[in-house]
Amino acid sequence: MSDLSSTPLAQGRAGTGSGSPVLEVKDLRTYLYTRWGVTKAVDGVSFHLDRGETLGIVGESGSGKSMLALSLVRLTPEPASRNEGGQVLLGGRDLLALSEKHMRAIRGKEISMILQDPQQSLNPVFSVGNQLREAIQVHDRSLSGEATRDRSLAALKSVRVPAPERRLRSFPHQLSGGMKQRIVGAMAMAYQPQVLIADEPTTALDVTIQAQYLRLLEDLQERTGVGIILITHDFGVIAESCDRVAVMYAGRIVEQGPVAAIFDNPRHPYTRALLESRPKAGSRKARLQSIEGQPPSLNDLSPGCRFAERCSYAMSRCEEEYPPTVVIDGPHGAACWRSEEAPWAIN
Amino acid sequence: MSLRNPPRPAGGLPGTETSDVDELGRHRRRNMLRWARRSNRPPWLSIFIVLFVLVLPALLANLITVHDPLRGVLGDRLTPPAWMEGGSTTYLLGTDKQGRDILTRIIFGARISLTVSTLTILIGAVVGSTLGLLAGYFGGWIDRLVSWMIDTFLSLPHVLLALVIVAAIGPSFVTIIAIIAVTIWASFARQVRGETLSVRETEYVARARVAGAPPWRILLRHVLPNIANTLIVLATLQVGVVILEESSLSFIGAGIPRPNPSWGVMVADGRDQILTSWWVSFFPGLAILLVVLSLNLLGDWLRDFLDPKMRQRG
Repeated sequence: MSDLSSTPLAQGRAGTGSGSPVLEVKDLRTYLYTRWGVTKAVDGVSFHLDRGETLGIVGESGSGKSMLALSLVRLTPEPASRNEGGQVLLGGRDLLALSEKHMRAIRGKEISMILQDPQQSLNPVFSVGNQLREAIQVHDRSLSGEATRDRSLAALKSVRVPAPERRLRSFPHQLSGGMKQRIVGAMAMAYQPQVLIADEPTTALDVTIQAQYLRLLEDLQERTGVGIILITHDFGVIAESCDRVAVMYAGRIVEQGPVAAIFDNPRHPYTRALLESRPKAGSRKARLQSIEGQPPSLNDLSPGCRFAERCSYAMSRCEEEYPPTVVIDGPHGAACWRSEEAPWAIN
Repeated sequence: MSLRNPPRPAGGLPGTETSDVDELGRHRRRNMLRWARRSNRPPWLSIFIVLFVLVLPALLANLITVHDPLRGVLGDRLTPPAWMEGGSTTYLLGTDKQGRDILTRIIFGARISLTVSTLTILIGAVVGSTLGLLAGYFGGWIDRLVSWMIDTFLSLPHVLLALVIVAAIGPSFVTIIAIIAVTIWASFARQVRGETLSVRETEYVARARVAGAPPWRILLRHVLPNIANTLIVLATLQVGVVILEESSLSFIGAGIPRPNPSWGVMVADGRDQILTSWWVSFFPGLAILLVVLSLNLLGDWLRDFLDPKMRQRG
């Protein structure tokens, strides 16, 4: 697979952020070693994230999205997983080369993460104030009680929690779902990190709260300039809140580019198929379009394109050789032998 | 049954009319509700017994007794309890064959039971919880080692082990505490390990990890407080187990050395006179029974009370 960072694709969108990326991932590989063999969960992924930008990472279950997110903060399940190369550059430092202790000082401070179910992310036995205090003191033990309290209040205000003084004394079970999310957001943003990874933060929520939550993230981004990596399988969420999107399939990024370009002009048949399988308002079809077959087992991959088996446009070459990433137009690129002709074009 | 539920008139099978069926259903539901509420009410009798047979006597033994627990009045040997013929109000529960007051010895025995159970449970809980937390959280070889140790210790025959150790180094207060602590740490370790395994997978632990918290902090701040309920319940239930074990060991002579008034020793001492002077064995035995039973009931109630799911309903 070609190194995306050397293509114009990785140079960032003109006009977005400061131009120099806050996070740069180069050829990242995370393999899982299990009794059943080696699973290449993340297999040569490269992308970058600019300041103030939201990058969506989309793919179906088992495509390696979550493993990618965990790899970035080095919290993949031990001892099964191992990093097998690549770099994660945050402000010039390679996170993969740091000691665990050093990495701990970065987690939650420079690179934060919101987990799949923010509702469950609060410890039921402690008050909100107690947990916020902990999130703050983990990185600054010398902070006085007064200063910690001020910071806690500021963090709650930053996510627009009404009556923050009272909330500090509340326990998680006394709060609504939306409130809990805001508080989890406040904890993640307490140190104004440069990068925020949100791993399916909206999957467990109903649609109205989803929208609220995405707006909250946008709001935080506008004020702090945090770069957000939004992991999801929902193109609706991508369309609503991302600047760029990377489509993952079987451990690799098969296409990435600005949201509009991906939606209007998908250059990888998998992206196209994903877009097709969305439910559409106004559509009268009783059944949703689905992609035939199963994603390949990540234990035993062919040298060719991993989507070839399920692809209705596959040629013989697709099964033999993995396609290089072709630059379509500036930051838009796709890894498909036929991305230039794109016989699946949307009319 | 309250007065608002007048007894069903005699004659005629219940449920022959629809209104009767309704009435019966409502009645049954109300009874069930009352049951549910009752099971949630603190077991006052158990608390009372634990307090007045175990805790207060142990703490105030010197203040509330007039006799010497170790030296008796030989002339008053085997005096029956006060309410029996030949009994005397000086010795409320009678005396043993050395003329020592049974009540006094039971009161001082409570002190031994409480000390032994507190110390062994403290040691067992600290050692067991630490190993359980480490095993459950880190897994891998630590888990394998600790689990192997738990299985081994739980399968050791305690009494035999105690006899061997006592035979080798002689009975003493320290020996019995060591023996019991060795036998109970494993139940704490097993319970804590299991709970840690489940708490470890929760989102809030994952969140703490993502926020950069080191493992010891996660264990102390997130895992331990969430399993504290279980620990409290287990510790309460174990008090009964320890008292029983100490009494058993003392009974066979492998426990608290004579002439200390352990309840188990007292029961053993009365064996020879069980047919003529039953009170020598009976009252310490009754103390063991009441205290252990009450502690178990208390532990059961505590388990329900501390369960957040049960509390929300109440």
